[in-house]
Amino acid sequence: MSAYILRRLWQMLPTLMGVVLLVFLLFNWVGGDPAYILAGKMSNPEQIANIRAQLGVDQPYWVQLWIFVKQIVTFDFGASWSTGEAVSHVLATRLGPSLTVLVPLTILETLIAIGLALGVAYVRGSLTDRMVMIACTVGMSVSILVYIIVFQYWLAYKLGLFPVQGWGDNFAENLFHYSALPILIGLVVSIAPDLRLFRTFFLDEINQDYVRTARAKGLSEPTILWVHVLRNAAIPVVTHVMSNLPALLIGAFLIERFFSIPGIGREIILAVERSDFPVIKAITVYVAAATMLFNLLTDLLYKAIDPRVQLE
Amino acid sequence: MSKPTINAPARPSPGLWALAWRRLRSDRLAIAGLLIVACFLVTLLLSAAGLVARNWDAEVGVNYAPPTFVGAQSAEERGVEGMNAPEAAVPDNPRDPLAEVLRKLRAERGAGAAVAPPLDYYGIADPLAPEIAAIRAGEGKAAPAVALERRATLPFGADKWGHDIILKTIKGSETSILVGLTSALLATVLGTLFGAVAGYYGKWADDVFNWFYSVFTSVPYLLLILAVAAVLQQKGVLTIVLILGLTGWTGVFRLVRAEYMKHKAREYVQAADAIGASDLRKMFVHILPNISHIPFVQMSILTVGFIKSEVILSFLGFGVPVGVTSWGSMLNEAQNELILGKWWQLTAATTAMAVLVTSFSLFTDALRDALDPKLK
Repeated sequence: MSAYILRRLWQMLPTLMGVVLLVFLLFNWVGGDPAYILAGKMSNPEQIANIRAQLGVDQPYWVQLWIFVKQIVTFDFGASWSTGEAVSHVLATRLGPSLTVLVPLTILETLIAIGLALGVAYVRGSLTDRMVMIACTVGMSVSILVYIIVFQYWLAYKLGLFPVQGWGDNFAENLFHYSALPILIGLVVSIAPDLRLFRTFFLDEINQDYVRTARAKGLSEPTILWVHVLRNAAIPVVTHVMSNLPALLIGAFLIERFFSIPGIGREIILAVERSDFPVIKAITVYVAAATMLFNLLTDLLYKAIDPRVQLE
Repeated sequence: MSKPTINAPARPSPGLWALAWRRLRSDRLAIAGLLIVACFLVTLLLSAAGLVARNWDAEVGVNYAPPTFVGAQSAEERGVEGMNAPEAAVPDNPRDPLAEVLRKLRAERGAGAAVAPPLDYYGIADPLAPEIAAIRAGEGKAAPAVALERRATLPFGADKWGHDIILKTIKGSETSILVGLTSALLATVLGTLFGAVAGYYGKWADDVFNWFYSVFTSVPYLLLILAVAAVLQQKGVLTIVLILGLTGWTGVFRLVRAEYMKHKAREYVQAADAIGASDLRKMFVHILPNISHIPFVQMSILTVGFIKSEVILSFLGFGVPVGVTSWGSMLNEAQNELILGKWWQLTAATTAMAVLVTSFSLFTDALRDALDPKLK
């Protein structure tokens, strides 16, 4: 087991180096000279030269790459270009609010989608099944922007059921007061695609022989669905949920932006708007590393779910 | 009585595409989807050719003119009082770099020196107006400053400036669909090319492209798009096509690569090898037609995804430039309008997008089932 983990970590190195190289090329080569962005429109040659020396962009490319690698390893990306806040501090403080929204959202979304998908798969081919599938397709075709704009306007602004936006210092208040509407919108947007996907996973299992056997033994239908079918369809479900997690961290940026939640996603948007390269670089590299670790974790989970799986 | 003939020429068996079309035709929902998508495409072509919605930015209605069935509203109800009234005195722009030059020019011509700049139709001071009027008169063209009759209501309402919403939606559809289609085409071509090379040659070519694949997939897609948008400072329709196309090829690559690995060992490829076909010929003349349904289905899946991405990017202001309208920029305006109670632009953009994406998705699902009946 530990040999497997070590080998997998070792295999991540080339990919991680690729990500570092990609980000480096993007920001140091494609992006042009950052000194001009940083200095703004009113600048004289001395200022530019000064900034170039500070950033190290007057050095040869290989030295710049080495600086970048050192920054990644030491978690020290210096200060944000626009606010002067240390980038490591930015990341550390923005993670909490993001997770406050995303952890309950992911748990609720997965449970509800599994429940609905099992139900729809059970009545497969019926009118209910077809209506739910069409509703999902139509629901998925409306932009997430529209859901956010309309829900925020109607539920929060007009009816006053939720706060329009905001964020406090108290965890319970943040979770139950400020996160309620963002989580609700997240559920509305993400359940439809999940439901469609999970339904196909369950349909693959629901006609298998072991289901017939379970029925012949006289097991109740809920037991067959929730214990036998779910256990066998768990691997693709877990793969989907786990592989979605890092993307979700970024994907929730629209929700965070509209509701002024000081999370990672909103930070990315702000950084792109302000051309705040250190923040974007740091988030990109660390999220990529997190994605790779999550993939490894997913493979380890397979073993826990299905003892027949051999880790190679 | 017809006798079965024995030596009748054998009918050629229908090909992959003919069979798929036969299966697709029996699916009513898919045909309905296809027809709606075709309507959108025809509108797109007409609008791109300038036959429809060419004058979408003409201010035909009053500001925020409501849809006809809502009925006309007074300026007070629309909340636009004083929006069109020309301001009395426009202060001289102290930093106007051309002021000196203009003053000199006017002095030379001896025409009304030191007259305050005339106000144009929008109530904005236009220091160049006399010159332009002179130029126009010299060319024998009538000055276009004919005051338009602005209508109190329009069938689908008007936006902040009085643009007709239905024409604006058509123009926006043109941008959004074009961006979706071209970037999907770019991503599909790249993915197919990379997948063909990696799958056909194997060995180190495969390793190189697999490395690219794992690098691109370990950065979440949206993050990659935003990072590229941050770096490419100049906005434009081409930029956003490049961003989406260069980041979206990975899914096509994986599927095409697997097919090439499977097909390169088949007998028909060995036969092509035996008659001396070159590698390129085997890859693109022999194998590609046999797997062409995979890039095709992927492209139509990607188009839907890219249309959605374009809307989000343009909404955030990282997409199409100012002056180009798309569903995303319409939603951006509509967000503020909704608080004022102007729901018609939001409704128009949302409906157009939902109808297109739903029919495209239904068609894509059916197409996938028709081309690959083993799936289901």
